[in-house]
Amino acid sequence: MAELMASGAKPDVLFWVGCAGSFDDRAKKITKAFVKILNKAGVNFAVLGAEESCTGDPAKRAGNEFLFMMQAMANIQVLDAYEVTQIVTTCPHCFNTLANEYPELGGKYKVMHHTTFINNLLKDGKISISGGPYKGKRITYHDPCYLGRANGIYEAPRELIQKLDAELVEMRRCKSNGLCCGAGGAQMFKEPEPGKKDINVERTEEAIETKPDVIAAGCPFCNTMMTDGVKNSEREGSLPVLDLAELIAEAQDL
Amino acid sequence: MHFGIQNIIFIVVLIAAFALFGRSFSKIWRNIKLGKDKNRSDRKSERWALMTRVAFGQSKMVKRRAVAGFFHVVIYAGFLLINIEVAEILIDGIFGTHRIFAEPLGGLYDVAINFFEILAVLVIIACLVFLYRRNVSVVPRFKDLTGWAKKDGNNILIIELVLMTALLLLGAVEANLPDAKAGPWLISGMLAPMFSGFSVESLHTMERIFWWAHIVGILAFLNYLPYSKHFHIILAFPNVWYSKLEPKGQFTNMESVKKEVELMMDPNADPFAAPPEGTEVATPERFGAKDVMDLNWVQLMNSYACTECGRCTDSCPANQTGKKLSPRKIMMDTRDRLEEVGKNIDANKGEFKEDGKTLIDDFITREELWACTTCNACTEACPVNIDPLSIIMDMRRYLVMEESAANQALNGMMSNIENNGAPWAYPAADRGNWINEA
Ligand code: HEM
Ligand code: SF4
Ligand code: SF4
Repeated sequence: MAELMASGAKPDVLFWVGCAGSFDDRAKKITKAFVKILNKAGVNFAVLGAEESCTGDPAKRAGNEFLFMMQAMANIQVLDAYEVTQIVTTCPHCFNTLANEYPELGGKYKVMHHTTFINNLLKDGKISISGGPYKGKRITYHDPCYLGRANGIYEAPRELIQKLDAELVEMRRCKSNGLCCGAGGAQMFKEPEPGKKDINVERTEEAIETKPDVIAAGCPFCNTMMTDGVKNSEREGSLPVLDLAELIAEAQDL
Repeated sequence: MHFGIQNIIFIVVLIAAFALFGRSFSKIWRNIKLGKDKNRSDRKSERWALMTRVAFGQSKMVKRRAVAGFFHVVIYAGFLLINIEVAEILIDGIFGTHRIFAEPLGGLYDVAINFFEILAVLVIIACLVFLYRRNVSVVPRFKDLTGWAKKDGNNILIIELVLMTALLLLGAVEANLPDAKAGPWLISGMLAPMFSGFSVESLHTMERIFWWAHIVGILAFLNYLPYSKHFHIILAFPNVWYSKLEPKGQFTNMESVKKEVELMMDPNADPFAAPPEGTEVATPERFGAKDVMDLNWVQLMNSYACTECGRCTDSCPANQTGKKLSPRKIMMDTRDRLEEVGKNIDANKGEFKEDGKTLIDDFITREELWACTTCNACTEACPVNIDPLSIIMDMRRYLVMEESAANQALNGMMSNIENNGAPWAYPAADRGNWINEA
């Protein structure tokens, strides 16, 4: 972003990569797949690079409002300095925080989750999909809490699966009734409380019940949780957990 | 019928019943007002629409659990409509009239009573179904109810059964009376032969007994409400009206924290500056919630509106995988603690006397609070739009900001964010490294 601005150019949209997308090896693949799509569609975008910082979501959900507020204000200063108006992100937690919690603090941007963004690219004819490796495959979609219930986005990701000519198979609990993967509310960063079972195992079993060829996810944290769940199951090695950006990028043969 | 001693007794009973209810109600209202302010009076037209849909229209009741939803709608509709008949009973009781609407309404009266009687039978069936689901073939979400909560659930259904039965028997007795004002009606007409052998005089006595049983039963029920989850029949409506309209994922930004952070980040601010003259130096507010007084009034109203139905707990990922957390328990604990605080205030002439207890630890354990994934399944499932998650969050805020009591892993995550802007220990400068990786 800094480089772009220095050269006097102004991007249309900022891709907010998020901490997982920047540092986590698995999530970096999602980031790269999404960048491929953006490039293919000729989107004029930029990233903040080292100037991006955690939105504060995990701190806030852990109860640390101070840390959240400091992160939020610092991020808003950076975003405003670059005159950002539109943001797209591959992380539903970043999406929720930027879209819902920043405006009250002065950070007002048009924020989109990448599944909505890709859907728009398809609708506008910026990219197209024909056939592809997922044609006829059974794909089940896990609703991330912070995209689904938290923000009412259930259809955009499902439309993408349909565009792949794949068979969308729903889990017993889906959409507003979907079961959490177990990562939210800062759980990602701690051990679960004692119980009978881990939440991600429960959810993965539910996904496996649908006899899928692929589990689709729309969140890097859900992806990790479900991937771990599959590792603990009889489908280990034969059931990929893929982000929608990866599915689309692959179908496009990028 | 003429105005007589019966009517005087009736009027006294009526006034006493309402006075007693008013007293309980105002205590509950006082308790709710112990909570902090929260403005939930914005976007009024949306709120009316929401209340019409969710409370009047029972939309979330019928959405996912068809059996419970259906039978509840029966009881609910029965209550709303049979109350029209109760209005008549009240008028009759006060003025010494008998079935005052019968004459002016003529044939329509019989239609109405026939309809109410059918409803009454449906209500009886619904209550039996609910009793079955609570005691015989127990629905999972009712399994962990014990003590008062379990008894209360059954009491309500039994009282409802008795009331409806009294109403039908009243009609059955009247069907045998030579001087009946109207009728016989559909259902009570069928029951009428039960009383055919009695003299007119004993029929009159029985008519009085059932009449009194019905109305005294209703007044007693009214006074039972404040001690019961059945209070939801009143609070469900305002509770939905005042519910959160923002996206479920949007958590409140704490104004007090915002101000402090702004001050910290403002290079021109002098943190040691004396407050401008004339402003009161307020005692710093507690961050988050340690006890019920730290919650806001909507959260406290939520606790009184809870029907203890367990839909929240049944959909909670933590609970369903064996963790201690149960959003229903969060609501019931909040109400229990609030009741305790209220009694304390009553006993101490209107002042709360420190009792060494708090909502946190004495009612809700830390283990429960830390098990929440903030997934919003509970708020989505609740038929009366209760928000257990907001209480969990406020208590986490207290734990972290007042007691620094997060566990080690979370503290590590937070210090990473503080030091390098990510929840993991990667240097901030490496954030863009993926760009140059193949
Ligand atoms: C105003 C008249 C109402 C009456 C007479 C009424 C009556 C009852 C009765 C008798 C029960 C006990 C059923 C059982 O044991 O399972 C009950 C439970 C319940 N009611 Fe109501 N209710 C009323 C209003 C409402 C409203 C407006 C709502 C919310 C939309 C509501 C939601 C519930 C829920 C969630 C339960 C728990 C039982 C279950 O899960 O099925 N009620 N109500
Ligand atoms: S938000 Fe928390 S309490 Fe509510 S259902 Fe999810 S995990 Fe359970
Ligand atoms: S909070 Fe709502 S869903 Fe949970 S028990 Fe109470 S009324 Fe039922």
